[in-house]
Amino acid sequence: MRIETIRQEFPQLAGQVYGKPLVYLDNAATSLRPRSVVAKWEEMSTRYNANLHRAVHRMAQIATDEYESSRDALRDFIGAARREEIVFTSGATASLNLVAFCLGESMIREGDEILVAESEHHSDIIPWQQMCARKGAKLRVYPVEEDGSYDLERLESLLTDRTKILCIAQISNVLGIINPVREMAAVCHRHGCLILVDGAQGIVHLPVNVQDLDCDFYLFSGHKMYAAPGTGVLYGRLELLEQFPPYMGGGEMIATVRWEGSTFAAPPQRFEAGTQNISGVPTWKPAIETLRLLRDPQIEDEQARIRDFMLDALGSDPRIRLFGTAEPRAARIPLFSFAVEGAHHEDLALILDKFGVAVRSGQMCAEPLMDRFGVTGMLRVSFAPYNTLQEAEYAMEALRKAIKMLTE
Amino acid sequence: MSTLEEKKAAVVEDFMLFDDWMDKYEYLINLGKELEPLPEECRTEDRLIRGCQSRVWLDARMEEGKLVFRADSDALITRGIIALLVQVYSGRTPEEIAADDFGFLEQIGLKENLSPTRANGLVSMVSTIRQAAKENAR
Ligand SMILES: Cc1ncc(COP(=O)(O)O)c(C=O)c1O
Repeated sequence: MRIETIRQEFPQLAGQVYGKPLVYLDNAATSLRPRSVVAKWEEMSTRYNANLHRAVHRMAQIATDEYESSRDALRDFIGAARREEIVFTSGATASLNLVAFCLGESMIREGDEILVAESEHHSDIIPWQQMCARKGAKLRVYPVEEDGSYDLERLESLLTDRTKILCIAQISNVLGIINPVREMAAVCHRHGCLILVDGAQGIVHLPVNVQDLDCDFYLFSGHKMYAAPGTGVLYGRLELLEQFPPYMGGGEMIATVRWEGSTFAAPPQRFEAGTQNISGVPTWKPAIETLRLLRDPQIEDEQARIRDFMLDALGSDPRIRLFGTAEPRAARIPLFSFAVEGAHHEDLALILDKFGVAVRSGQMCAEPLMDRFGVTGMLRVSFAPYNTLQEAEYAMEALRKAIKMLTE
Repeated sequence: MSTLEEKKAAVVEDFMLFDDWMDKYEYLINLGKELEPLPEECRTEDRLIRGCQSRVWLDARMEEGKLVFRADSDALITRGIIALLVQVYSGRTPEEIAADDFGFLEQIGLKENLSPTRANGLVSMVSTIRQAAKENAR
């Protein structure tokens, strides 16, 4: 498929900033929305708006069907064994808080250990810190190597008989390197430890099969993969979800409610308290269709060309320090975080903005990783399949001009 | 030394000469480069201004009835902005600063044209200067 055809589907790409064409390279923060997703949201809001599971009328039936068929589509998309393993949340952060809380309540005792990878997003750090403080458990760090990779032998040496779970992103939102989570899962399971995989970035770039990865939890946000904001998924192995207590109370998460005590629904309803995102959840279906469409040889070739161009361009300037340099190139996504000697990331981002280039600067919700590399922040350029090599070239040209402005 | 009103008018006039934001940034970058660095020992936590992506320090002290500001930042454009504020407000009486509305920042388009984090940073810089003026005004 031609990229121009794809680009037509994302109206924002035709936009301008300060009179220049928008070059949107902050896709790891949130993707742009395709027409099909917007149309589904509009359809649900203007034709089939009704609350779920509760009423017998026709509108409620349609809304419920749309919602539940999204669950089926997601089960199929990530290769889960059963639809009950797909829990709808409001996003990756909500999924992570749910797991940390419920795991803490059901399986963690004083002195147990939680192992969190050093490059994790704050959303995969704070809920574990909070849970550890509540339960008297110990949070330990799985250190990242200098080249941004993770060492399996080091993992082996960190696991003790008190380690209950390893929490790691399939792809870090800063380093862009594909972590060997399947191999990690095997190591963890050999030691009787669970593994949670934060797929917020991974699901956007990789075909995912949770059974093949053999992870215990996998989670992601809709807004990073073309679906409506405020949608999210938690996949959990059913036997684990069944041991979890409810996270929030109210709405349709119950079996019976009595003054002397209530009983709760089975997963996934147990974790879906209150009115759900009735307009947003149905957009998972067109979003998944978009992702499938984008996994096209011609588009993947362009992505590889962008990756190579960026690595060569960034690597050829001695003032630029790229974080996450592990080889091979094929094991990384087109996401690049770097620092420029003598030029502050914030200045660079501000000047790039005036060229119409949208990038991220700062700590990128990974402060411990910034400390690890001894920087106050980085500049991150993250591409999506609708971006072109030409845009990459333009962004690099703008970056060179910005560096020149700041250092000469 | 020009009065506060004259100084603000001069800055507004300077900015009117610029065609686009690149020129404004060039100007701010140059102001930033010219700003006397704040000695290392003054770059303390209590002088740090919150709400900025980059680090910004502001030191305020009274000298012969006037407020004297010194400032620094690790980012150049922010350094230029704080340098501009220092140029305009340093050496004025606290009463004069406290009575000022800082409206010239809107006139030169600094407020609305900066990214949200930066705009917050500017708001924090302004409120720190105001606070110093209020504390020292009679
Ligand atoms: C790896 C990773 N985990 C978690 C999150 C949090 O996602 P959200 O803000 O959608 O909850 C993000 C998004 O920035 C991310 O990149």
